[in-house]
Amino acid sequence: MKSGRDAILSLNQEQMVIAISAVLFVLFSILLDGFFRISNLLSLLQSVSILGILAIGMAVVVIGRGIDLTMVAVMVFSTGWSFTLFAGGMQVEVALLLGLLLAVAFGAINGFLIAYVEIPAIFATLAMATVISGLGRFALVSSENIFISGDVGWFASLGAGAIAAVPMPVLLFLVISCIAFVALRLTRYGAFVYAIGDNPLASRNSGMPIRPMTVLMYSLASLVAFCAGLIMAMTVSSVNTKLASSTMVYDIILVVVIGGIGLAGGKGSIRNVISGTVLIGLLLNGLTIMNVDYSAQNIIKSLILLLAIIVDSLLNPRDEQTAQQGDI
Amino acid sequence: MSAREAYLRWRYRLFPDHVVGEILSKNWIDNAIPFMFLAIAVAVFSLIIPNFLTIGSLGTMGELLAEYLFVAIGMTLVLKAGGIDLSVGSVFALCNFCALYLVNALGMPLIVVIPAILALGGLVGAINGFLVGFLRLRAFLTTLVTLILVRAIVELLSLNFGVNASYSETPVPQWDYLGAAQILGMPLSLVVAAVVALLTHVLMTRMRFGWHLSAVGGSRRSAYNIGLPVKWIVAQTYILSGVFTAAGALFYASRLGSIGGSVGVGLEIVILTAAVLGGNSLGGGRGSVAKAIIGTVIVVMVTNALVRMGLRTGASDLVLGLILLVAVAIDVKWMKNRLKVLNRAYVSPTYFALPACPPTAEGSGSPYEVNNKLATAQPIGKGELDGPEDIILDEDDNLYCGSRHGDVIRFFAPDYKKHEVYVHIGGHPLGMAFNQDRELVVCVGGMGLYKVTKDRKPVKLSDETNRSLFSIIDDSRMRLADDLDIAPDGRIFFSEATIRYEIHDWVLDALESRGNGRIICYDPRDGSSRTILPKLQFPNGITMAGDGESFLFAETWGCRISRYWFNGPRKGQTEVVIPDLPGYPDNINKASDGTFWCAILGMRSPTFDLAQRMPQFRRRMVYRVASDEWMYPNMNSGCVFKFDLDGKVLDVLWDRDGIKHPSITSIREHKGRLFLGGLFNDRIGVYDIPGADPEWTGIRHYWGGKTGE
Repeated sequence: MKSGRDAILSLNQEQMVIAISAVLFVLFSILLDGFFRISNLLSLLQSVSILGILAIGMAVVVIGRGIDLTMVAVMVFSTGWSFTLFAGGMQVEVALLLGLLLAVAFGAINGFLIAYVEIPAIFATLAMATVISGLGRFALVSSENIFISGDVGWFASLGAGAIAAVPMPVLLFLVISCIAFVALRLTRYGAFVYAIGDNPLASRNSGMPIRPMTVLMYSLASLVAFCAGLIMAMTVSSVNTKLASSTMVYDIILVVVIGGIGLAGGKGSIRNVISGTVLIGLLLNGLTIMNVDYSAQNIIKSLILLLAIIVDSLLNPRDEQTAQQGDI
Repeated sequence: MSAREAYLRWRYRLFPDHVVGEILSKNWIDNAIPFMFLAIAVAVFSLIIPNFLTIGSLGTMGELLAEYLFVAIGMTLVLKAGGIDLSVGSVFALCNFCALYLVNALGMPLIVVIPAILALGGLVGAINGFLVGFLRLRAFLTTLVTLILVRAIVELLSLNFGVNASYSETPVPQWDYLGAAQILGMPLSLVVAAVVALLTHVLMTRMRFGWHLSAVGGSRRSAYNIGLPVKWIVAQTYILSGVFTAAGALFYASRLGSIGGSVGVGLEIVILTAAVLGGNSLGGGRGSVAKAIIGTVIVVMVTNALVRMGLRTGASDLVLGLILLVAVAIDVKWMKNRLKVLNRAYVSPTYFALPACPPTAEGSGSPYEVNNKLATAQPIGKGELDGPEDIILDEDDNLYCGSRHGDVIRFFAPDYKKHEVYVHIGGHPLGMAFNQDRELVVCVGGMGLYKVTKDRKPVKLSDETNRSLFSIIDDSRMRLADDLDIAPDGRIFFSEATIRYEIHDWVLDALESRGNGRIICYDPRDGSSRTILPKLQFPNGITMAGDGESFLFAETWGCRISRYWFNGPRKGQTEVVIPDLPGYPDNINKASDGTFWCAILGMRSPTFDLAQRMPQFRRRMVYRVASDEWMYPNMNSGCVFKFDLDGKVLDVLWDRDGIKHPSITSIREHKGRLFLGGLFNDRIGVYDIPGADPEWTGIRHYWGGKTGE
């Protein structure tokens, strides 16, 4: 017997998100001046694609029952360092390679702290975000805003180019989505990520290398953060390190949670990230057109995030069997 | 003795290895690590920063310390119950702004402002508490979201009302007093913080609410199962955290009067670092105000020092973040491995060389030659008893013995077929004796010295003795009172086998072969207990020598019997009577002809004797081998022998097959018969002694004929 409530719940979160997005789209198109224009929609897509790319990295970690609060700090300070080196006269490829290695190293440290030292993921990455921002401002970059002057070669096309009128960042978002989808769905390691997220102890007992896998997950998240940072730097020709202390990382979590990837791990896919990105993109664009100021936007976003977490905890209740003491 | 053995003997005599394990088992060890960190930090900073510890700099630090302390104590409450509150940074900013707005823009008196701000903090805390406690959301993520939510609200408020709040048309002296007052050279805020810390300490350690917090943080499910309102308790911690944060913000606002955008930014990281660095555990169950204070002092000092070293921006974040990570790493690893380390480090063997073992083989001509005399012993209560360590008989020939279930059991004369529970004491009754009033006095393992009155009520005589001067473990408490005897003047001398192990681990003491036991004298005249002979190797049986001024005692792992004078010209002297027994002696009791019976609960083996001389081997064994596989002394063959005060062995009784009485821990002669008890045995044996006085009883020998006779 199926009651009405069950019927609503059986409509899965992804479908709900798509439905809400459609409603918002129609509402904004009717109510907001200047929303339904090709230029606005393209800029919407472009601005949200960075968020989407970051959310893909976050999604991998969250599916593996983790969370990565360092992504924005890694993003701005690894690319910031690269372009500081570039400004100092280093060859652009070498500078970017060094930045990439730095980002992956940060990710590996996160993974090590979580997998081997066994610090709760959210705590380890919160502390690491402070460490990375501190290190960045202390030693890596010299000013808050690093402007990119000079020829960066073909890298410039990452941010500015367009193929068939579709901006490059949007295309890259789709490409990275495809790669992540294939990696999660069709490879052994992807299956490991889902298994670890579903029940870490059982996966360990069945012989999966959960510690190296955890390090890999966080390294990948940092790698993705570096890519996002590079694309963003190419789009706006500068790196703004102030982003590290903004609430951007919560936007990423918002995308992931809204999209329907449960924070308890083991559930969700890249499709959820795309639908979450679209919804949040619509929302942010609508708020901007309505001229809601930055603080009020933050209030609305955090209220939505709070609501999303409440819904998430109702839909994906914490599993008492596999939850650990100290899992806060 | 080889040079190597001489070295071992001195090395284990001079270096007290057991202290390591005893220190690790202390509760204050949790505070020792952060305290050491504090000491090191003070030393380093005073060296590299000139004038670090001057009055002026301490004053500035004091104000900051007080404000942080409020928040840290609130955080400790939340952590203790297993949560976390990251919203403190924004709540601090919100309360700071609102306090300034109320005072500067609205000109409200303090008597309104203070409760209003505290209530505001409590309100935000209540939201957190509702979400985390009642809706069971993840504390970390939820409070992170309230952090950004409240931060956004503060930004919005200061955008719209900031100008009015920033300064006041008319000065408010009370408000300035709050920020600038000094009491005895200390800022007012620090004094208030100290009082609040003290009150919270009492709340957490001495009151019901604090105990509930520990229960919820230690094991949420168990707390729920015993009926605690877990959700409400968790919610309360967040409310308190909000109120404490508001208190900190009030002092901050009155001191600086700043509504800048950076107020409270990153405060949650600072406070979390302080709380965890002090030793409060993430995940709950372990935390105290003292830990919060130590952590906060360290953090304030480090941040202050970093500012004064004039490093670039970011350095302070970097250092704080690193300290936080290290502190959490230590916390996680310590909590996980503490018991494991403790288990390994606690057992600490020492060197001990036993004299050569006398032969026991049949035909060897030794006084301990094996025979099968106990084969004729008849069982009492076979299969119904569980661990009758000692037995005693009263004037009506009824038999009393202990059981592992914490009872004293009485078998009725003359055939000992029927029995009843004489009294339930609770701990395993070991040695027994009757005092002059014919009351049963019992040593109870884990509980101490008890007597049972005629109307069957157990009465505690003693469960603590004087604490020795340099002991690390609390040796005033009695862990394993073993056997006793009563001097003619009424004083009770009883042995405590070991001060390092509880009764269920008694056999671990054999691995140490250190003198961990002692003999204690209880004086019924003033009810006091004093240790009279410390550092004995598992002292066990005690019996009066019969001269009114000395007693005999057996040391189980030392395989010897000694005599101690508690009165008379030789008072205080000890003399070894038998230095080399072939086994581990247990209880000693009187024989009818003026000599003594002694029970042996297990025989020595060459391998274990050799192991006693190799402490490093036993230590390696404890470290590397599972405890089930450790080498213990033999407990599988027992015998009884008779000896006199000169140490001459007069008779020996063996159970050759080791089936009826595999190990014997006590013997009691009564009317020509010998009753045999055993700690692991399921029966009491009765053996007819050929040629013994058929009228002799122990109780009459001690106290004369029946009272009133």
